Amino acid sequence: MEKFAQQIVNGLSQGSIYALIALGYTMVYGIVKLINFAHGDIYMIGAYVGFAVTTFTRFGHSRFGFIAALVIAMVACAVLGVCIERIAYKPLRNSSRIAVLITAIGVSLFLDYTLMYFVGAGTRSYPPGVLSDRSFTVGGVVIKYQQVIVVLVSIALMILLQFIVKKTKQGKAMRAVSFDKEAAQLMGINVDRTISFTFLLGSALAGAAGVMVGIYFNSIDPLMGMMPGLKAFVAAVFGGIGSIPGAMVGGLSIGVIETLVAGYGGSLYRDAAVFAILILVLIIKPTGLMGKSTGSKV
Amino acid sequence: MIFELKDLEVNYGVIRALKGISLEVETGEIVTLIGANGAGKSTTLRTISGLIKPKSGQVIFDGADITHLSASKRVSAGISQAPEGRRIFAEMTTTENLEMGAFLRSDKAEIRKDMADVFERFPILGQRSKQQAGTLSGGEQQMLAIGRALMAKPRLMLLDEPSLGLAPIVVKEIFAIIREINQAGTTIFLVEQNARMALKIADRGYVLETGEITLSGTGEELAASDEVQRSYLGRT
Ligand SMILES: Nc1ncnc2c1ncn2[C@@H]1O[C@H](COP(=O)(O)OP(=O)(O)O)[C@@H](O)[C@H]1O
Ligand SMILES: [Mg+2]
Repeated sequence: MEKFAQQIVNGLSQGSIYALIALGYTMVYGIVKLINFAHGDIYMIGAYVGFAVTTFTRFGHSRFGFIAALVIAMVACAVLGVCIERIAYKPLRNSSRIAVLITAIGVSLFLDYTLMYFVGAGTRSYPPGVLSDRSFTVGGVVIKYQQVIVVLVSIALMILLQFIVKKTKQGKAMRAVSFDKEAAQLMGINVDRTISFTFLLGSALAGAAGVMVGIYFNSIDPLMGMMPGLKAFVAAVFGGIGSIPGAMVGGLSIGVIETLVAGYGGSLYRDAAVFAILILVLIIKPTGLMGKSTGSKV
Repeated sequence: MIFELKDLEVNYGVIRALKGISLEVETGEIVTLIGANGAGKSTTLRTISGLIKPKSGQVIFDGADITHLSASKRVSAGISQAPEGRRIFAEMTTTENLEMGAFLRSDKAEIRKDMADVFERFPILGQRSKQQAGTLSGGEQQMLAIGRALMAKPRLMLLDEPSLGLAPIVVKEIFAIIREINQAGTTIFLVEQNARMALKIADRGYVLETGEITLSGTGEELAASDEVQRSYLGRT
């Protein structure tokens, strides 16, 4: 029982990371029907920005190192995400889906290997002490202080996102454009700007995830975005691609399932388990847990 | 004159949807464009709203050429549309849909007042204000689409087949409201297949056949013409 609880704790912190990344996939898919395969690489860039801030700046060594890294990485990733959309995807707005998909894969490889050219292929570690590595025990379950931070920051960002999407004008424009682009245009909504805004939000969340993973696992490399990117994509599909609550639930579920599989002797199979879920979802309920049964005319 | 189309041509790939149509709408009028399914009515409205670009010709509003303005600039210039099939945001509430109609406005107090006016004009929408718009009936959704278009404070309102798929009694109600909206000062350009109803409330009308305007006149003239009687009013 203790072991089970321990796996759940570990799974939830891992799952929060997946959820943050999955949100970007799902929002972008919701609005432009594109699986942005470069999304995992934006997360990786976020981890490197956080690394640079904590390692090379005065800010990074202060008590506010974590916050500084988080905020700067989020801003940098937001800018990067918007640029990628403008430069790579926008010119293809009316092209076939496969053309856009191939472009996304191209962008992904471009980001990975451009970064590798500048920083090398080796792994790096955040400086020690950005977040305390102490832990405490509750009923035999060891909880790391960092895990608490990861979960709390993720929850805070998700609440903030829900607020933006539900209550602000830009957020409402996002929902309107996702639902019906032409009707949104008839309201006077600028579709291009709204799409940019969606990339901005999704990329910022990925940036935050990158920083937290960098600190929590204490090892980053230019290809680190691939596997979490794929798993977060599975999480988005699992929750119902296009659904924001779906991405949150999907991310947490995938994190927990993966940790449980690993914890009960299946560490070799943990990746396989995640992709088996993808296949099962696609067979049994392609719309995912919270996805709408298709048909909304978009 | 508030609005004019000059020699408007629109193609979808090789399909010639509009083959050079011209028409005029005076300030304060209700003008209708009638025609069978596929004649090019929606294409005309979509071009006026800036959703598609014409191959040639001009859209003139308030004396200015708006042919190349973005859809959003046209809304702020004073043109709004209740599109065919209503196209309400089904996953938003009635109130949120109305807010979307006022998207480009920032006069909060005025918006609140206009929303109260919409609820007064369509009491049923007031009762359903917190409800998901997708759960409204067809007639209610049409009212919402019109209310949403009103929230932009248009000077010219475009209506694309507001009677589509509605029971005759609901159609009557909606047309009465269209007339009220017009009397309150909004110019109306109404596209319809339901020629009988449209010609009854219109000051003037045009008949569109496969991308060309074949007839025009006052509502009464058109309703009385043999051609219209035969093709659109079902008399032999
Ligand atoms: N998106 C489109 N792509 C290709 N052809 C279209 C498209 N929309 C409409 N058309 C064609 O243009 C013509 C006019 O259509 P439309 O304006 O919708 O007519 P109406 O509203 O009078 O029924 C029809 O022949 C229709 O098939
Ligand atoms: Mg039509």
